[in-house]
Amino acid sequence: MPFQAAAAARERRSPAPHSDLYVSWGRYPRATHSGIHKPAWNDEVGPILQTADAGGLLPYGLGRSYGDSCLNAGHELVDCRRLNRFLAFEEQSGILRCESGVSLAEIIDVFLPKGWFLPVTPGTQFVTVGGAIANDVHGKNHHCAGTFGAHVHQLGLHRSCDGLVVCSPDENPRLFRATIGGLGLTGVIAWADIQLRRVAGPWIDAQLLPFQSLSAFLDLSRESDGRFEYTVAWLDCFAGKNPRGIFFRGNHSNESAAPLRRKHGPKLPFSLPTWLLNRYTVKAFNSVYYRVHAAKSGTTRVGYDSFFYPLDSVRQWNLLYGKRGFLQYQCVIPESHIDAFEELLDRIARSGMGSFLGVLKQFGAAPPAGTLSFPRPGLTLALDFAMRGKKTLALLRSLDEVVLASGGALYPAKDARMSPVLFEASFPHWRSFVPCIDPKMSSSFWRRVTEAQ
Amino acid sequence: MNTQPISDDLTSMPKAASVAKQSSALNKVVILGATSGIALEVERQLAQRGCELLLVARSQQRLAALESDLRLRGARQVLAYSADLSAIAHHAAIFDFVRRSFSGYDTVLLAYGSMHEQKESEASVDTLLEEINVNYVSAAAILTLFAADLEQRGTGCIAAITSVAGDRGRRSNYIYGSAKGALSLYLQGLRGRLHPAGVKVITIKPGPVQTPMTDPMPNAARFADPKLVAHDIVRALDQRRPDVLYTPKIWRYVMAAVEHVPEPIFKRLSF
Repeated sequence: MPFQAAAAARERRSPAPHSDLYVSWGRYPRATHSGIHKPAWNDEVGPILQTADAGGLLPYGLGRSYGDSCLNAGHELVDCRRLNRFLAFEEQSGILRCESGVSLAEIIDVFLPKGWFLPVTPGTQFVTVGGAIANDVHGKNHHCAGTFGAHVHQLGLHRSCDGLVVCSPDENPRLFRATIGGLGLTGVIAWADIQLRRVAGPWIDAQLLPFQSLSAFLDLSRESDGRFEYTVAWLDCFAGKNPRGIFFRGNHSNESAAPLRRKHGPKLPFSLPTWLLNRYTVKAFNSVYYRVHAAKSGTTRVGYDSFFYPLDSVRQWNLLYGKRGFLQYQCVIPESHIDAFEELLDRIARSGMGSFLGVLKQFGAAPPAGTLSFPRPGLTLALDFAMRGKKTLALLRSLDEVVLASGGALYPAKDARMSPVLFEASFPHWRSFVPCIDPKMSSSFWRRVTEAQ
Repeated sequence: MNTQPISDDLTSMPKAASVAKQSSALNKVVILGATSGIALEVERQLAQRGCELLLVARSQQRLAALESDLRLRGARQVLAYSADLSAIAHHAAIFDFVRRSFSGYDTVLLAYGSMHEQKESEASVDTLLEEINVNYVSAAAILTLFAADLEQRGTGCIAAITSVAGDRGRRSNYIYGSAKGALSLYLQGLRGRLHPAGVKVITIKPGPVQTPMTDPMPNAARFADPKLVAHDIVRALDQRRPDVLYTPKIWRYVMAAVEHVPEPIFKRLSF
C-alpha cells in the first residue's frame, strides 16, 4: 500500500520549525505539523494551494477553536494572520471588505470610532474574520441577529482547482453556504464583505439578574428576547438540576459622549499547576462569583469590552488549566427536551468535574446560514473541563449519550473527541457538504469524524 | 468617541502611537520598499497618526491592498508608485514622481532589503552581486537623490533600515552583513554632510524581526515582534533622534559586546 506508506512517512517526518506554536485554544490534543505557510499577500496563496498534496492543508487564524478543528496533524497549515488588511468600506451601507486574517478586535478598533460595530460577536474578539466565517460563530444576540455568517454578503475564496472564486447567495450559492461554517475545508478565504451595524458609542446598558432554577432562566430568557438584543447566562454547574446563575442582558446605549478607555489586563505567563483547579477551589470560585454578581444586580452602563469579552481581559487564560489543557463541551438541546438538559446538569454536578465557565443561552429560530452551521433552536450550554485523562473523557461520553438521545448536537469548533456517530447525528446532511471540500484541504477534526464512514 | 486601539499581545505600543502630537514634524512620509515586513507595521502606525504616505514597491496589486487599508486606518492621504527599487534606472522616475505629487515631504524611510541563504551567495557571484546591489548599491543610489533635495530645502529626515548584522562580519551571514554594514557607513557619512543643512539622518539597526524575510531561519519564532520594532522606528522618526537606533534596545548592548570580542577569538566563533 504505497499510499499508506507515504502517509506513515509523513507522520514520521521531522516537524516544521515552530509548529509547536500552532495549538488549539484548549491545548488538547497536541498536533505536529509538517509545514507552516505564512502568506503575507493574497497573491501568495494560490501557489501554496497548487503545490500542496491532497488533504495537505488547513487555514489557521488565531487558534481560538478549542479542539482539533484548527489542526492538521502530520500535514501543513496556512497561517492567515498576515492577511489582515481592510480593502474597502462603504460609509453609507456599512459594508466592510477585509482580508480573512483581520481580527474582530481590529475591526472594532478602526470602525467603532466611526460609529460601527460587529453584527455578531463571539465571547472573544481575538478571532479572525476567516475563523468567524469558517465556524459560523454566534453571540449573545443570536435570538435576533442569527450567526456571523448571516451578515456576510460575499466572499472571495482561494480554491486549488479554480483559483479565486467569488461566492455569494447569488453567485456560487452552494459553495457560499458550504464555506460558512465549513471549518476551513472549502478553501482559503481571501476576503469577505461583512455588514457592520450602526451604534451610537461603545457603551452597553446591561442588567444582571440572579436566578435559581432552570425554569426561572427560561422565563427570564423568553421575557428578554423581544426587549434585549443581547442575552446570556452564567451557570453554577455544581448546583445540579436546579442550577443557580446570573442572567446578563443588554442593549447598545444611546450614550455617545463619554469615551471608553481600554484597560489592559494581566497575562498568564505560563501553565498553572494542575492541582490548583480542583472541585473545591472551583466550587468556591463559583460561590463567590454568584454572590458578587447577585449583589451587583440591576442596570449599569458598561463598556462593550467588559460586556462582550470579560475573558479577554486575562490574556492566555487557557493556561489556567495547566499543561494537559482542557476540553470544552458545547451542546444544543431542543427545548422540547428540557428533561435531557436537567439530566446533563445532574451528571455534571455528580461528577464533581464541572468548571467555572458554564455558559447558557437560548438560541433563536434563525435559519442556519451555512451547510454545517451549529446553532439551531434550543438551549445551548458550554462548559470547560480540565483534561484529567480517562475520567474526563468518560464523563463527556456519558454527556454525549444524553445529547444523542435528545436529538441535540455538538459544536465542532469546541470539540476534540466527539464520535463519528454523534457527528452524524449533529449534522445528518454532512455528506451534501463533501462535494464542496477543496481536495487540498483536510483537518484532524474532519478525518476523525468522517474517515471511518 | 475615541477608543484605545488594542493589539493581541502588546500593551504599550498602540497607546503611544495614537497620541499624535499636532506639532510633530512627521507628516508626509515617503516609504521605499513599502511592502516589506517592517514597513507594513510602520505604515499602520503612521496611518493611525493621520500621516500622509507615499508608498513605493514593486507589486501594483499589493500596493492597491495596502493603499485602501492605510486610508481606512486613518492616513490622510496615500499615494502609491509601483517600481523595482533595485533597478537604478528607475530611480529618476520615482524621484520625479515624489517631487511632483508629494512636494513638501518631510521624511524618507528606506525599508527594503533582501537576505539570501548565505551559502547561495557564497556559491554564486550573481547572487552575491544581487544581494549587494539590493541592500547597498541601489539604496545608496536612491538616497543620494533625496539627500540633495532635502539638503537644498534645509529640512527633513532620512532614515534607512540596515541591520545589526552590519556591525561585524560573521561567518554565517557576512555577505548580507557587509552590504548592510556598507549602508550604515554611507548613512554615517551622509549624516555629517547633511548636519549643517539641518537634515537628520537616522540609521535603524533592528535585531532579527519576525517578517517574511526571516521566516526560513531556525529561531524565527523567538525574533522580535515587528509591531514593537515599528513602534521604536516611528518614535525615532517623530523625535528625529537618535542618530543610530538599535531595536529592540537590547541589541545596542549585545552588539557593543560582540564588537569587542578580539578577532583571534571571534574568527573561531561559528555563529
